[in-house]
Parts: sequence; C-alpha cells; structure tokens
Amino acid sequence: MRRFILIAVPYIWLLALFLVPFLIVFKIALSDTALARPPYLPQFDWATGLGAFLAELDFENFVFLTSDALYWKAYLSSLQIAVIATLITLLVGYPIAYAMTRAPEAWRPTLMMLIILPFWTSFLIRIYAWMGILSQEGFLNQFLLWTGVISAPLTILNTNVAVYIGIVYTYLPFMILPIYAALDRLDGSLIEAAEDLGCSRLSAFWLVTIPLSKNGIVAGSFLVFIPTLGEFVIPSLLGGSGTLMIGKVLWEEFFSNRDWPVAAAVAVVLLVILIVPIVLFQRNQQKQAEAEA
Amino acid sequence: MTRLSWFNVVSLTVGFAFLYIPILILVIYSFNESKLVTVWAGFSTKWYAELMQNEAFLNAAWVTVKVAVFSSTIATVLGTMAAYVLVRGGRFTGRTVFSGMVYAPLVMPEVITGLSLLLLFIGLNLDRGVLTIVLAHATFSMCYVSVVVSARLMTFDRALEEAALDLGASPFEAFRLVTLPIIAPSVIAGWLLAFSLSLDDLVIASFTSGPSATTLPIKIFSAVRLGVSPEINALSTIMIAIVTLGVITASLITKRNAVRQQRDQQLAERTS
Repeated sequence: MRRFILIAVPYIWLLALFLVPFLIVFKIALSDTALARPPYLPQFDWATGLGAFLAELDFENFVFLTSDALYWKAYLSSLQIAVIATLITLLVGYPIAYAMTRAPEAWRPTLMMLIILPFWTSFLIRIYAWMGILSQEGFLNQFLLWTGVISAPLTILNTNVAVYIGIVYTYLPFMILPIYAALDRLDGSLIEAAEDLGCSRLSAFWLVTIPLSKNGIVAGSFLVFIPTLGEFVIPSLLGGSGTLMIGKVLWEEFFSNRDWPVAAAVAVVLLVILIVPIVLFQRNQQKQAEAEA
Repeated sequence: MTRLSWFNVVSLTVGFAFLYIPILILVIYSFNESKLVTVWAGFSTKWYAELMQNEAFLNAAWVTVKVAVFSSTIATVLGTMAAYVLVRGGRFTGRTVFSGMVYAPLVMPEVITGLSLLLLFIGLNLDRGVLTIVLAHATFSMCYVSVVVSARLMTFDRALEEAALDLGASPFEAFRLVTLPIIAPSVIAGWLLAFSLSLDDLVIASFTSGPSATTLPIKIFSAVRLGVSPEINALSTIMIAIVTLGVITASLITKRNAVRQQRDQQLAERTS
C-alpha cells in the first residue's frame, strides 16, 4: 500500500501537470481561432459528444505554418543560430576545460566553483549586464574608441552578434563541465605514450586527447544546443527586429497576436524538431554510462 | 599533468574575465551617482535607497520568495519520491512513461512548458496567481531534484538499508533512519537548485501568472526592455550578493562535513 502511494503521488502529479497540458496543446493546435473566451473552437461539449468534437479538429494551423514564410524562416534561423552558437561555445569552452585539468590539483575545486557560480546567478541579470556593455555608448564601444581601434561606435546590441555573445556567455558552463569531466578521467600516460612514439604535442592532442574527450564534447554540445533552440530571453533582449527565433515568435503569437491555436501549432513543431537531438543526447549519455560501468 | 603552458594560462584568464567582467561592471555601476549607466559620476548609494522606496519591486520580491519557498519544498518532496521510485521501486506498470515524464521537462523549452500549463489552468478555470505559479514551478523543478537525488541513491550501498530491514525496521523506518540521513546532502542540494530555478524563472512565470501576482523576473524584464537603469543594477547587485553568499556558505558546509567524515573514518580505523 505504501509503495502504491509512493509511486502514485509523483505519477499523478506529472500526469496532471505535464502530460495532460501537453495533450491540450496538441488539441488546441488542431482547433480554430475564434473570437471567444478562451479564443479557440471547438470547445468540448458533453451534449454533442466526442464524435462531433473530433470532427471539427483539423491540421489547418500546420498548413498555415508552411504557407507563411515567417514561420519556416524562424525555424531555420533558430537552427542556424543554435548550431553556430554551439560551435563557438565549444571553441571557447574547450581550452578553458583543458586548462582546468592542467591546473594544480589544489586550485581545481576553486576553478570549478568559479565556473558554476555564474550559473546560480540570475540568468536574466546576466543577459541584462550585456545590454550595458554592447550598446552604442556602452563599455565595449567606449573601450574600443579609447584604444583607437575604431573611430565610430559599432552597432552590436540588437543584432545577431549580440545574440551569439549572449548565448555563449550563458551556456558556457554547460559546455565546460562535461568536457572537464571527460578530460579529467583521461589517462595522462596515453599522451606520454603517443609522444614517446613520435607524435608531436599537437598531433598527440589531436589524435589522442580530442577523441578520448568526445563524449564530453557531444554532451556539452547538446546541453547548449537544445535549450538554445527554444530560447526566448536572449533574442528578445539582445537581438533586434531582424533576429528571428522560434521561442520569440511563439511568445509574440501568444501574447501579442493572441492567436492560441497557431502558438500551439508552433510549439508542437518545435517539439518535433527537438526530438532528434534529445534522442541523440540520451543515447550518448547511455553509452557513457555503460562505458563507465 | 600539472604543467600550465602559457596557452593554458591565457585560456583561463580570458575565460574567467569573460565570465566575470560583465557582472563586475554591473555591480560597480550600481553605485554610480549618475542616471546614465555608462558615465561614472562618483560613488553613491542613492539607487539602493530609491529601490527600497519602490513598492512595486518590493511586492514582486515578496511574491517571488513566497513562490520559491513553496514550489521548491513541494518539488523536493515529489522529486525525492520520484527518484526513490525510479532507483529502488523495481518494476511496475507504466514505469517507462513515468521515467519519461521525469526527464522530459529537463529538455523541454520553457515557452512550451509555460504555454501548456497556461492552457491547462484556463481549461480548469483556475484563477492565475501565486497558486498557479507554484504548481508550474514545482512541476519542472521536481525533475531537477529527482536527477540530483537519484544520482546519490544510485551510488550508495544498498546493504545498509537491507541491514536495517533485517534488524526489524519497517521499510518506512529504514528510509527515515538510514536512507534519508545518507541522501540528505543531495536532498538539500536539490531544494537549493529548485529554489534558485524558481527565483530565476521568467518565461514559465509569465505564462502562468495573472495580474494579481507579478514576480521579480517579470518586473525586471519589463523594466529592462525599456533600457538599462541604475535601479535595476542595484537590484541585480543585491541578488548577486545573496546568491554568492549562499553558494559560498553551502560549499564551506560541505567541505567541513567532508573533513569531519574523514576524521571519523580515520578514528574508526584506528580504534578497530
């Protein structure tokens, strides 16, 4: 009996607040927009029954998504931004993770904490901090003007460059930590062996270190890529009117246009796109767990 | 392997500068006299004084803390249960669905979680306010708690539980007297994680809150959209200070416990 309660309580909670809401999104994606409260049709009605209700559902909203260029452009540009940002984060994060494993043993806990600490500080505040740095009269422009690198202030805020900076800044710890974990487990004698056998330090790095830290690279990349794809705060604060990201489109469809069925359809498609990287990520984690066991 | 080349030193310096300079600038300019956030005009704490007068921010802060305390506590109870079921529960019907539901919210975009919960609350005719935000936050943060707790459950020695059962403890007693004290650090870590996720959340709170309950991130977001302001800098500095103190305290406590445990172990080895 106790076991039953132990299972039932979290189970029912998740069914009610995770799975059912999700089915509702799916249902509304198949509904029509209406000037009503709530603003969609059909409403389920016990009198007419399930058959009549189902008959009114259709894929019209999904057809609409393919016909309006805004949507598929937003999906494509989200994918593009997420891929490029993930690559930049990897290029920035790898040397940091690598240097951490080469640091004296006594420093490592402190270095780890310094990487994790920003993660605990508010995400919104960290993005906000960049608004003051990247604006026309911001610190970066002031600094560059002062050093004489540029003669007129650059426009960075409200462009995609600012979005990339924001993503790399926010998700850098997610990239560093799994790579650090993988590099930390790496047996140093393997690299010595490669060097003894005539590899230069660079080729030993390329042929031994990189392949052996592959799991960390893959895990870190997915941990950056997956949340970036549906990102809302970064494009809306740092991006401009030209920054198309699907999280922002969904938000505006819902809050500004009040078109709930289209917003729901946008969400369903986003989720379908996300299934591929999520499954790949899970598989990578499983492989890693098996390798350790 | 502990030779730092010049390249390693540069990577670490540039990396940490990149992570910390923005926060540092934010903190420094919260003490700026001028309204213009990018021009330094002398030291002043007037933005902090002004913040303390701002009813709207104070109310939002209070709502946020309330939501975070309730949601993280619910999330910790549910998340620990879920972790226990997944690691120790054995087989039961619908286990796959259950583990899927526990892990899916971790990778779900916030906009989708927020949208789906809002649609549920509207379907139920539930007035949006503190209650709905608490429900929403508890749901997504219980998954984080369960990941943290199940990691600990997986590594600990099951024989300890079995010994308690053999010595006549009921399963519940065994859990309360043996399992819970051992996994307590991870349960506390889970609570802290849930608490900070709730404090920080903008997207899900925006969907699930009503006009009666505005949280601090929603307030900050709408203020920040209009541009940078020294008052927000002051508010951010206070939040950063609280978090930093919390994290440092927590890590010191864990360190002290580890040292104590080591000492006890040495003592036990010597006396046996």
